[in-house]
Amino acid sequence: MKPYSAWKVFVNGLTGQKGWDRAWRDPEPKTEYDVVIVGAGLHGLATAYYLAKNHGIKNIAVVEKGWLGGGNGGRNTTIVRSNYMLPGNREFYEHSLKLWENLSHDLNYNVMFSQRAHVTLLHSPAARDGAARRYNTMRLTGSDGELWDLETLKRNIPHLNYSADARFPIIGAMAQPRAGTARHDAVAWGYARGADQQGVDILQNCEVTGVARNGSTVTGLQTSRGVIRAKKIGFAVAGNTSRLWRMAELGKLPIESHKLQAFVSEPLKPLLDHVVVFGVGGAHFYISQSDKGGMVFGGDIDWYKSYAQRGNLPIVQDVAECATSILPCLGRVRLLRHWSGVMDMSMDGSPFICKTPLDNLYLNAGWNYGGFKASPASGWYFADLIANDRPDPVIANHTLDRFARGINIDERGAGPDPKLHG
Amino acid sequence: MLRISCPFCGVRDHSEFSYGGDASVEYPALDASESEWVEAVFQRENLDGVQFETWQHIQGCRMWIVVERDTRSHAIHSVRPAHEGIARALNAEQDGVSAS
Repeated sequence: MKPYSAWKVFVNGLTGQKGWDRAWRDPEPKTEYDVVIVGAGLHGLATAYYLAKNHGIKNIAVVEKGWLGGGNGGRNTTIVRSNYMLPGNREFYEHSLKLWENLSHDLNYNVMFSQRAHVTLLHSPAARDGAARRYNTMRLTGSDGELWDLETLKRNIPHLNYSADARFPIIGAMAQPRAGTARHDAVAWGYARGADQQGVDILQNCEVTGVARNGSTVTGLQTSRGVIRAKKIGFAVAGNTSRLWRMAELGKLPIESHKLQAFVSEPLKPLLDHVVVFGVGGAHFYISQSDKGGMVFGGDIDWYKSYAQRGNLPIVQDVAECATSILPCLGRVRLLRHWSGVMDMSMDGSPFICKTPLDNLYLNAGWNYGGFKASPASGWYFADLIANDRPDPVIANHTLDRFARGINIDERGAGPDPKLHG
Repeated sequence: MLRISCPFCGVRDHSEFSYGGDASVEYPALDASESEWVEAVFQRENLDGVQFETWQHIQGCRMWIVVERDTRSHAIHSVRPAHEGIARALNAEQDGVSAS
């Protein structure tokens, strides 16, 4: 496979675009692999990529029931940030942001990572104090964060609703300048191509229908494309983790599946240069503008458990109200489409990258709202866990038993109710 | 929009209700072991299919109800009051009405 370059784009432009190879192979499944990852989403593909690149394991398959990047990898609002406060999360997401900063070069694939700043609006002195605490804590581990007064905010984003008569008048913002957005499909394609180049078999339309066990080990998977044996297996199927867990006869998980909607408007001329977040009272809203001009935005989950990739109308109304509340200029903009993805909502809002009750089975799950930005570090640390059979200290507490041990990682302080960890 | 038939108020939009959670969870005795409590508070079946779940009619009668719903299709199969005694009384009353 030949690397992409500006020169290739130029040459192929002159020769009818005939000089391109396919980006990844479509191989037949082998009967046995050293590692099989279930789920060719961003996390599964990143895991395979780093297993090959960082740990020299080449005999890897990624099995996917649909097409790669067709789940939540293609159903998000593409926001990347590292403004987390709790130990473990802070180091994890900062490592992820650092990987994002070099991802296009690393993958030789333009993921269109745009560090346009993530700006959370503030509406009260108490919120400002909370933001100062969060951002000062973040800076201790090397993340960047700034408090913007009203003048700075107005200079950067002049057309928000600054009316003193607003239900929640804006008094300033907290900003992370290194945060931003990326092209979600390109991330899936880039990791798939990068993994494939190192010999990873990506097996699409290959649905897992059973997990074969021998006592406390897993021996392989029954799939719609035949039996595949594996020395090690990793699950990276957020949204459907509980289903796969039951196939392995492992019982219950501290996870509920909920759905989260996202929306995109018709394309507009450049309007919004930042990611803007509005969260006060009952509101929860985040918005940015894509490179095609569409306003990409979302809000809360649908508030009840679901496996349907189909959203409900009260949230559409809720999100539209939030949009017009902070950006009244969007009032007559038409919605182009909206979609819904199934989230693993965990009991404390934080993920799992951990060993399981079975010796050679590994779990990557529970990403709540935060899966997209986490993809590079998730793949990085999950690959490290699978290759070395022990967790890196950064993810040492991202285990299933943290609830029994009383070390929940609850960024929101919302307690053990999955729907509240938005 | 889901439409939930509240046993007390009739059919209403789900936005009047607040989702509780898995109704099959049974809380152990207060002096039960820590592992039993961890199981009840944190561990979930998370079924893909028909499950019993609790909702509260928070903008209506404020009663807790148990809804039998398919988490793949959102089809609702049955609704009853969460409180066993109230459910029994309501059943008895409805039987009485239909008998007379």
